[in-house]
This record gives sequence, C-alpha cells and structure tokens, in this order.
Amino acid sequence: MQEEIFVSGRDIPNIDPSLEIWHWPIGLYLFLGGLAAGIILFASIVVILNKEDEYPTTVKYASIIPPIALVIGLIALIYDLKNPLYSWQLYTTIRIESPMSWGAWVLLIVTPLSFLWVFSYFSELFPTWDLKFEWLKKFEQFVKKNRKNMAYLLVPLSIILGVYTGILLSAFNARPLWNNAILGPLFLTSGLSTGAAAIILLAKTAQERHLFGKVDLALIIIELGLIIHMLMGMYAGSEVQLEAMRLLVGGEFTVLFFGFVVILGLIIPGILEALEIKGYKVPVAIPALLVLIGGLIFRFVMVEAGQITRYLY
Amino acid sequence: AFGGNSILNELVAENIAKKLKKTATYCEVCFWKCAAWAHSDEQGNIKKIIGNDIDPHCNGRLCPRGTGGIGMYSDEDRLKTPLIRTTIDGEQTFREASWDEALDLIASKFKQVKDTHGAESIALLKHGSPGKHLEHLFKAYGSDTIAEPAYAQCRGPRETGFALTYGSWVGSPEPTDIRDTKCLVLIGSHIGENMHNTQVQEMSDAIDNGATIITVDPRFSTAASKSQHWLAIKPATDIALMLAWMNVLIEEELYDKEYVDKYCTGFNQLRDHVLNFTPEWAYGITTIKPAEIRKTARAMANAAPSVIIHPGRHVTWYGDDSQRARAMAILNALLGSWGRRGGFYFKESLKVPKFPHPKYPEPKWGWQDIGKKFPLAQMGITTEVMKCAIPTEENHEKYPVKAMMIAGTNITKSIPNKKLLEDAIENLEFIVVLDTMPMDVTGYADIVLPECTYLERYDDIRSSPNREPSIAVRIPAVKPKYDSKPGWWVAKQIGERLGLSEYFKFDDYEEVIEWQLNKLGTSLEEMKKIGVKQFPRKSGSLYLEEGKTHEFATESGKIELYSNQLKSLGFDPIPVFTKHPEPPQGFYRLNYGRAPMHTFSRTANNPNLNDLMNENKLWVNPKVARILDLKTGQKVWLRNQDKVTSTFPIKVRITERIRWDSVYMVHGFGHDNKKLTKAFGKGINDTQMITKVAVDPIMGGTGMRGNFVEILTENPHKTVTI
Amino acid sequence: MRYAMVIDTLKCVGCSDCVVACQTENDVPVGYCRDWITETVDGSYPNVVLELKSERCNHCENAPCVRCCPTGASHIIDGGIVLVTPNECIGCGACIESCPYDARYSHPEGGYVDKCTFCNHRLEKGQLPACVSVCPTNCMYFGDLDNPNSKVSRLLKNRKYKTLAPEAGTKPQVYYLI
Ligand SMILES: Nc1nc2c(c(=O)[nH]1)N[C@H]1C(S)=C(S)[C@@H](COP(=O)(O)OP(=O)(O)OC[C@H]3O[C@@H](n4cnc5c(=O)[nH]c(N)nc54)[C@H](O)[C@@H]3O)O[C@H]1N2
Ligand SMILES: Nc1nc2c(c(=O)[nH]1)N[C@H]1C(S)=C(S)[C@@H](COP(=O)(O)OP(=O)(O)OC[C@H]3O[C@@H](n4cnc5c(=O)[nH]c(N)nc54)[C@H](O)[C@@H]3O)O[C@H]1N2
Ligand code: SF4
Ligand code: SF4
Ligand code: SF4
Ligand code: SF4
Ligand code: SF4
Ligand SMILES: [Mo]
Repeated sequence: MQEEIFVSGRDIPNIDPSLEIWHWPIGLYLFLGGLAAGIILFASIVVILNKEDEYPTTVKYASIIPPIALVIGLIALIYDLKNPLYSWQLYTTIRIESPMSWGAWVLLIVTPLSFLWVFSYFSELFPTWDLKFEWLKKFEQFVKKNRKNMAYLLVPLSIILGVYTGILLSAFNARPLWNNAILGPLFLTSGLSTGAAAIILLAKTAQERHLFGKVDLALIIIELGLIIHMLMGMYAGSEVQLEAMRLLVGGEFTVLFFGFVVILGLIIPGILEALEIKGYKVPVAIPALLVLIGGLIFRFVMVEAGQITRYLY
Repeated sequence: AFGGNSILNELVAENIAKKLKKTATYCEVCFWKCAAWAHSDEQGNIKKIIGNDIDPHCNGRLCPRGTGGIGMYSDEDRLKTPLIRTTIDGEQTFREASWDEALDLIASKFKQVKDTHGAESIALLKHGSPGKHLEHLFKAYGSDTIAEPAYAQCRGPRETGFALTYGSWVGSPEPTDIRDTKCLVLIGSHIGENMHNTQVQEMSDAIDNGATIITVDPRFSTAASKSQHWLAIKPATDIALMLAWMNVLIEEELYDKEYVDKYCTGFNQLRDHVLNFTPEWAYGITTIKPAEIRKTARAMANAAPSVIIHPGRHVTWYGDDSQRARAMAILNALLGSWGRRGGFYFKESLKVPKFPHPKYPEPKWGWQDIGKKFPLAQMGITTEVMKCAIPTEENHEKYPVKAMMIAGTNITKSIPNKKLLEDAIENLEFIVVLDTMPMDVTGYADIVLPECTYLERYDDIRSSPNREPSIAVRIPAVKPKYDSKPGWWVAKQIGERLGLSEYFKFDDYEEVIEWQLNKLGTSLEEMKKIGVKQFPRKSGSLYLEEGKTHEFATESGKIELYSNQLKSLGFDPIPVFTKHPEPPQGFYRLNYGRAPMHTFSRTANNPNLNDLMNENKLWVNPKVARILDLKTGQKVWLRNQDKVTSTFPIKVRITERIRWDSVYMVHGFGHDNKKLTKAFGKGINDTQMITKVAVDPIMGGTGMRGNFVEILTENPHKTVTI
Repeated sequence: MRYAMVIDTLKCVGCSDCVVACQTENDVPVGYCRDWITETVDGSYPNVVLELKSERCNHCENAPCVRCCPTGASHIIDGGIVLVTPNECIGCGACIESCPYDARYSHPEGGYVDKCTFCNHRLEKGQLPACVSVCPTNCMYFGDLDNPNSKVSRLLKNRKYKTLAPEAGTKPQVYYLI
C-alpha cells in the first residue's frame, strides 16, 4: 500500500485538501467577461459590416449589457481580492507574462469603450431623455462618428478579453485541470455563445433571432467539439490529468458538468435552436436562458474543480 | 485610503527585526533539560526559544517541543489562580481562592494528618523540577513517602538490570557514545520519535559516519526506516532474540574474549545457559529468520567494541523487564562495549552543594518500606504508594497514606490501572495538585495550585552526567502570568506555615542558586551571561584504559553475567524467555509510543505543538482494515480485554507501518478536562485502555504492553432516546 | 550567488522542529505554515520504506508565481530568493494557484500572500535560516550553489538527489538527498 500524509503543518483548510483561494466571484467574473466579449464582438462586426439597421438589438439594446457586466465583474473580482485596497497596484506596472495583469489592462480599455459605445446610441436608446449640456451633445456626436473606429478597435480587444477568461486559468501549470491549451478557445467560444444567447433573448425581429440562432448553434457545436477534445487530451495525459478528468467524468463534479453544462447548457438548447431554425415553434427564450445558465455553471465548475486538482510529487 | 491597511503596515513594521532580550534557561518540556535562551520583547512576550550553543544536551538545537516551549507559557487555558473544591447545588466544582487561603488550608490539613497518622501519611507524587522543591518540603516535614512515574512506569527496570550487571545505573542522559559508534542496536527504543535531543543528534551523526543501525521493533518506527536491519519482531519476544544473539556470539566465538576474561564473571554459566537458544529456536518465537539473527549478530561483533545495545528508556513492558534489561547489559558485555569508545562512556557530573538547612527528621516509614515486596526497587513505586491509600490493600494498615500532593505529573495519563487510582483517590482525605495546566489530574484535587511555567521562574541548577560535567541555570525570562507562582515559593510558603522556616532560609530562590554557584566557582552574574558552564573531568578517562584495571561497583567488582544476587533472591540469575499472552481472536495488542512533537500529555494543548499534531490516530494494518472494513479517517472506539471502553473515539490511519496483530497510538491524548480547549476529546488516552499490568517482581515496574483491544465502529456511548 | 537548500532525507526524522522554528521566527500565525513535513510510506509490512521530507517554497529558478503576479509583488532578489512585497500584493491569489507545491498562503490578517523567504532577514545578518539552524538531526544545509566549494555544492556533487515535481519545469532550488 502506498500512503502519503502530511506529518505536520499544511493541515490548513485554506490550502488542503483544496486551495479554495478563488471563490464564486471569480467564476462570475469570468462568465460576465466572456458574455461582454461576445456581445461586443458581434456588435462591432455588425457595425463594421454596416448592418446596424438590420440588427438593432445587437448594436443597441444588447450592448447595454457589456458595460454593466464588466462593472459587476470587476466588483466581483475586487470582492475576492484579499487586499482590495491595494488593487491600484495593478496599474503601476504591465506584466506581459501575467494574464491577470494584461486582463486588468484590457478591461481598463474595454470597459470605458463599452460605455462610450452605449453613449453613442444615447439619443436612439433614450429618445425622451435630453442631454442637458451642450458639450455632452457634442461628445455624443463625436463618439457616434467614431463608432466604426471603435468597432475596429473592439474586434481584437473583445477577442483578447474572451480568450483571456480562459487563459487566466490555463496559464496555471500547477492545476492539471486548467493546464491545457484548449481552455482559451473554449472559454472564448463559450463567451461568444452566451453573447449570442443574450442577443437572441433581447432580439425583436425574427431575422435577428434567426441569424444569432444559427451563430449560436455553430458555436455550441464548436464548444462541444472543444470539450470533447479537452477531455480526450486529459484522458491521454499523465496521471494527474487523468485524475483531473475524473473530477468531471465520474467524480464530484459530474452531475454539474454533464447534467447542467453539457446537456442542459449545450445539447438541449442546441437542439431547440436547430428546431427553431427549421421553423418549429419554440419559445426562443428557453434555449437562450439555458445557454446563459450553462455558461455560468461552466465557469463555476472549472474554477472550483481546478483548485482541487494538484500536482503529485 | 490607498494603502491604508493598518494591520498590514503593523505586520510589516513588526517584521523589522526587534531587539530581543535573551534569558538563560533550560527546557522543561521533557526531562532532557536542554539549556536554551528565551528571547522576549519589550512588552514581555516570549518570542522564541533557541538552544544554547555550548550545551552538551542540545548543541544549540532544541527539539520541536523545546522550540515550541513558548506555547507552555502562552497557552490561554493555563491555571490562573488557586482553586478550592466546593459543592454548589450538590455539584462538585472549584472556586477561585487567594494564595493565602489555599496555603493556609493546605497547612492545616497537613498538620491534621501529621497529628493523627504522622507526616509519613502524606505522600508526594512528583515529576520534573517542581518535584525537587516539594521533596525538600516533604523530607523536612518528615515524609519520605515519595514516588514518581519516571521509575516504575519508565526507566526502573533498566536501571535495576544494569545496576545488577555493571554496578551502575544507566541514568539520564544515557552515557551512550552514539556519535562514535559503528553499530547502534535499538530494541524498542524509537529514537527520532523519542526526541531525547542528544540521542537524536548523535544518531544522525552516526548515520553520517556510516554506522550500521539495527532496529528491533514490531512497528516500522522512524528509526527502523533509517536502519540497515529492521527486525520486525513479534511483540514480547525480545529476550528470545537476545538469547539467540548471545548464542551466536559465543558459538561463533565472536565475543570479546579479552574483555570478558578481564572484566566479567559468570561467563561459563552464561555459555551453558544459551547453548540451546539457537537462532532456529528463536525463529519459532520471534518470527525473525535465523539467517537474519546470525547476520545481525555478526554485524555487531564486527563493529565491537564500538557497538551499543541501547538500554532503551521507557522499558516497563511485560513484567520481565529487569531481565530484558539484563539481557541487554549482558550483550553489551559480550561485545565489550561498556567503557569503550563508540559504546558506553564513563559519565561524570558535578555535585551541587546543598544549600544549608537543618537535618531532615527520620521518618518511621517511607517509599522503601512500601516497596519492600520488590527487593530491588530503588525508588518509590507510584502504584504501591497509591495502594497504601486503600483500606482493603495489605499495606494500608502499616503504611496508611491519607493525604497526597501531586506535582508535575498527570497521573491519570501516566500511571496505569485507573480503577486503582480512583479507589485510592476516593479514600484519600486530601489531595493537592500543583500544575501549570488544568490537566485531568486537577479534577481529582481538593486544592489546585497554579505553578508558573519554567520560563517564569528560578529552579535548581541542572547538573547532569555527561562526557564533561556541566551545569546550567534557569532564570525567569518574564514575570509569571496570571496569579501563578514558582514551585520553590509554594514549597517555602507551605513550609513556613508548617513551622519549617529553618529549611527555607532565603527570600528568593535566586539566593540559593547564587550561593551554590559561588561554591562551584562561578557566579549568578556569569551564569546569566553564559547559561551553561562546562567543567573539566576529574574521574579520569571516558573509556577503559589499556593496561589499567577497573573495578565495577558490583558485589564481585566485575561485570556480572551471572547474578548471584538475583539467584539468592530467588530470581533467574541469567535471563530466560517467558511466553506472554497473545491477543485473542478479534483483539489487537495495544502498542503506544512517542510522537516527536509531543511530550506525554503535557503538550497536547500547547498551541504551537497542537498546531503540528492535534490528535492521535489509531494505526491499523491494511489487512485489518480490510477485515473490519475501516477507512482512513474513520472514527472508532476501543474496548479492552477488561471491557473498558474508550471515552472518546480516535481516527483510523491505515498504514503498513504496523503489524496485523497490533494497533498503535501516540501516548498522551484523549484529554477529558473541558478546560483544555484544544486537547479535550481529541483522540484516545492509551492509559485508559491499560488496565492489565504485568508487575516486575524484581523492582515493581508496571508492564503496560499486554493489553488487547477490540475496534468498535459504532459509538458505544450513544444513549437511545425514546 | 544562487542560494539553495539541501535536505538529507536519510537523516530527517520528521520531527517538525523546522516548522515550529519557522513559526516562532517569522511570526507565522498559528494554523498556518511556511514549511511542512510529508511522509511517504511504500511497500507492505515488513518490507516497508519510509521517506520524510521537510518542504517549503522551492525558490524556483523558473518561478510561475512570479510570472503570474500582476503587480510585481512577487519577485526574485539576488541569490534567487523569491519574495513577496506585502504592500504591493493585492491578494489576487494568482500566485497561490500557480505554485505546484502549494507553498503559499494568504495571510489571515494582512490579506497579502506569505511564504518562505529563506529567512533573508537572517541571511543578511550572516545567520542560517531558522529551520536549518534548529534541525536536531542537522539534515538541512543552506548555501551558495555558485560557489563550488560550498557544502551544498559538494553534497549535490557527491550524493544522489532529487527535486520535487521536476516535470513542472519550475527548477526548484530545494534539493533532497536520497
Ligand atoms: N500509557 C502510558 N503511560 C505512560 C507512558 C506511556 O508511554 N504510556 N510513559 C511513561 C513514562 S516513560 C513517563 S517518564 C511518565 C511521564 O509521566 P508524567 O511526567 O506524569 O507525564 P505528563 O503526562 O507529561 O504529565 C506532566 C504533568 O506536569 C504538568 N507540568 C508540566 N510542566 C510543569 C511545571 O513546570 N510545573 C508543574 N507543577 N507542572 C508541570 C503537566 O501539565 C502535566 O499535568 O509516564 C509514564 N506513563
Ligand atoms: N517526543 C518525545 N520524546 C520523548 C518523550 C516524549 O514524551 N516525547 N519521552 C521521553 C521519555 S521520559 C522516555 S522514557 C522515552 C521513551 O522512549 P523509548 O524508550 O524509545 O520508547 P518506548 O515507549 O519504550 O518504545 C516505543 C517503541 O517500542 C516499540 N515496541 C512495542 N512493543 C515492543 C516489543 O515487544 N518489542 C520491541 N522490541 N519493541 C516494542 C514500539 O513499537 C515503539 O516503537 O522517550 C523520551 N523522549
Ligand atoms: S529534548 Fe526537547 S523537550 Fe526535552 S529538554 Fe530538550 S528541547 Fe526540551
Ligand atoms: S527539523 Fe530536521 S529532522 Fe526535524 S523534520 Fe525538520 S528537517 Fe526533518
Ligand atoms: S515553490 Fe511555489 S511559491 Fe516558491 S518559487 Fe516555486 S512556484 Fe513560487
Ligand atoms: S496574490 Fe499578491 S503576490 Fe500573489 S499574484 Fe496576486 S498580487 Fe502577486
Ligand atoms: S527558510 Fe526561514 S522562512 Fe523558509 S521555511 Fe525555513 S524558517 Fe521558514
Ligand atoms: Mo520516561
């Protein structure tokens, strides 16, 4: 029999048996970041392709979500810092090797831009409200004119943001569950999918709904493919990765992961969306909500389970 | 607001090295008494304790318990004021009292007992430094009814066995020349878990020097893991193994002939005696293969005389323990290791002059009379003293013990047979306990006196036998916390109330040691600066010298392989193997020992050491776990052969380090006083499970390793509520 | 200069003195630790092997904790010691997640991340790290690997050794003699 125990020390609930350093706010933060990245990316592309009039929900109404999501996400992040009063230290330096650092910087740029984006639609969104100050009106005109420039800027930034939510975890070699190259694209895809779902939820026209239904369906298929790829990768990996995989497949997190994320969050909404596109009458809110909830649970599962996995040495 | 984290700034500031005051002390967490420096800050907090570099007991390195000694001081559960037992609403509790009230009461009770029965009827059970001060008080009052668990529950049989053979005790620290040895044989002595400091340090030196280590232990001890040869012996069969070793040494003529001729007597009888105790014979008893027995015997002979058959220390196992110690002593003699480099050196200590006091009165009876039944008992036997309190016991009429003072020993954990203790306590008229912590023993007291810890008081000069004699002092590093007082002060206060002022002619113990230090040619001032002082040897060489004769302090002046003394007392003159009971079906032998970070029961609540290990676990072999369907971490209860059930559960540790016929736990846990907030209810008290005691007829040691337990997976204390 | 710690597992008895000594030297709150002891048991009775190891931050040459720190609070100083500057640390936990050895903890009062410093405050005074200086078996060695004559260099030259989780690619600077 093999036995490995701690003789002393380290019987610390904060370290063993799982780290429990990151709690639910981190999952929420990653989810909201991905959601915002998705909506921003779609809105930017629509603007660049000059299809604003055909897809008003995307560029206007859904775009109210990103600034709110990003702010809540940031609050969640700071809430989980153990030394939040020092968070300004994030902006005293740029650390290329630290995803946390460039994530902070990307957010610093994307968040105001997402506000400006909404501001550029101010008069359209809130026709009854009047901007009190002349300079504000001028400013609105200015951002409106530069909307396309913003879109050009936001396409790469939102992709970085989406990828970042995955890289933040996958950069940690020490946690076998996170330590794989697929997490970046997977979180990006999932983020885009939740973005599309949010647009579907708010869309007023069948055209817009259908387009994003198709987009979402495609994303769901890609996401399922990536998840299978990730699990296969772990399956072929070392003992620690196998152990990590077992947490998701046949372990503590299986019900959450397969039940809520894969089946309820991807397969069922995928089927429903396909039916909808085929012309069946499906209340679109259902798949969209399922995707959103599935996306959120996915983040929680990955953050929680990842901290349980550790290197064996 | 930014950067306004005041706690953090404080912590950072605190990290900037402060000036700490260093006070000379020696450790009281166990009886190795390592000299150390207590480091305290301006606020009078003890920050750390570091070994004294020039101390031969520690060489600047304390063991974990010594380093964690600050927890003895900082423990918030400490006894804070004197307590007196009262009855409130029909329930027995304690109330806080002033020192004057408590001491007056003690004095009046002592006088009462002396008047009706004689001072002899007041017994003292003690251990450690406070014991010395109280011993003085008791002797001055006319009582020599004194005992400590360090004899009949610890080293007694070994001292008797070695005294019979070499005419001299092994003593503490053991004069084992481990650092220079070529072969160290540990028979149930688990150095490394048993953290007696120099022994551990020197064993490590021996490993560096490439010494062979042979460990005989039914459990895979830490020492066993460092050994070239681990003999996984069947418990209770060590004497058979040793007889076989003697057989090989003699048959193969590997013993040190010159040494034996010159220094020993009784060789021929020994040779005849072991003739038939072949390794093949021993194999059937010990389960150790004959080839392994021969190989290890040759390894010892190869290294001889730089070989040590370690005498062990806690040796009260199976009742034939003096004989086992004799076997060890004889093996050492055959290998010629006593008085040889890498074997046993001749220790030397310095005699500290006694602070002047009148002669002690002559008691009419004392510990010697109580233990008469055991002809070679050389100290008080705790259990026999206890028995004298019980009217139905034979000795009670002659030696009635009526009152008792208990200081520095937690008898419910250190003395087996709880029934005996409780019967005795029931019959005692009056019990005073002097302790630092609200240990279980305090629960039996009529008066509890809070002693301050060793870090807050003066104590006697430490003068222990070593390669070179040395002394060390204990100076208070900080003022006593709460309303606690030093042991010497308590002794003096009681003494004065008993009219013994003449015996306590000092105001502060500082004066006593200052006087003694001056006599020794040093001063308190110097000792405060150096803590430890070495003196040159006066008794001659560390080892036997070529061409010189040496007389041993035995009757014959020689090493007695055959003991006429034992013979005349009706005991086996040469050890024989006796079979001891084995666990019946469904029972497991209860084995116990030390964890390196704890000392008996005294450290279980120490915040620093509790942090390292807060409970004991029940070691169970995987085979047993499979049969009983046990899981690591599962809570179980134990019930022993006498149907005594453990009060608390213990968590299972499934491990290959233990045999399938035994279970193992670290001694000193399972505290049942709720006032020990960290230790209460954590693990099982092994002593509670030890109700069957195999008494050594030679010296009265209480063999404790013959108890068998069942493992209960259901809580036996669950009361059914309807 | 390249500080390293070399620990002889053949001598370590797992007594945990190094853990208490670190606690008292570095004001590590009770309940937390910068170093700890692991015990590995292999085989089956009576053919058993046991390894005891005193573990702590490995002061990795290729330290993921430093790389992932967004503020630079985690940094490497001369001699290769990995340190955390408490008042630059936001407590984001990234470094804790990044360490394959779980060597870091979040300080319960300060909110910053704490871990073994190789006792650099003692090194500055020419003293050995607290844990090394108390170890009763003398099984820990500390010194400069850049100096070929240092005890640590000589031990690594003459004895078999291992580091923990070398596959993690962190290049640990705590070595275990086996
Ligand atoms: N079952 C079992 N029984 C055993 C043993 C075993 O291994 N198993 N070991 C035996 C051996 S080898 C020995 S030596 C004995 C040891 O027996 P004890 O010396 O009785 O051991 P402890 O349990 O440490 O109890 C010490 C008591 O002294 C108190 N104390 C500590 N410091 C001070 C102080 O400075 N002043 C005062 N006044 N009190 C203090 C503690 O709080 C505690 O109550 O036990 C023996 N009994
Ligand atoms: N850390 C720490 N160190 C201590 C102490 C402490 O409390 N804590 N106490 C000190 C004191 S006072 C003493 S007396 C010593 C005691 O220390 P030792 O004399 O070394 O210890 P024991 O308790 O006699 O021995 C325990 C070992 O004996 C083995 N054993 C059990 N049964 C048998 C048997 O039948 N045959 C053989 N060969 N082995 C057997 C057990 O498996 C265990 O490994 O420790 C001292 N050192
Ligand atoms: S061996 Fe440890 S506990 Fe015993 S006196 Fe020395 S330092 Fe103290
Ligand atoms: S102090 Fe030394 S012997 Fe004890 S556990 Fe630490 S490294 Fe091992
Ligand atoms: S052991 Fe962990 S904390 Fe220490 S340097 Fe390596 S990665 Fe960083
Ligand atoms: S917790 Fe502190 S030291 Fe660790 S990565 Fe974050 S800022 Fe850096
Ligand atoms: S080097 Fe210093 S900080 Fe690091 S474990 Fe040892 S004592 Fe603690
Ligand atoms: Mo003992």
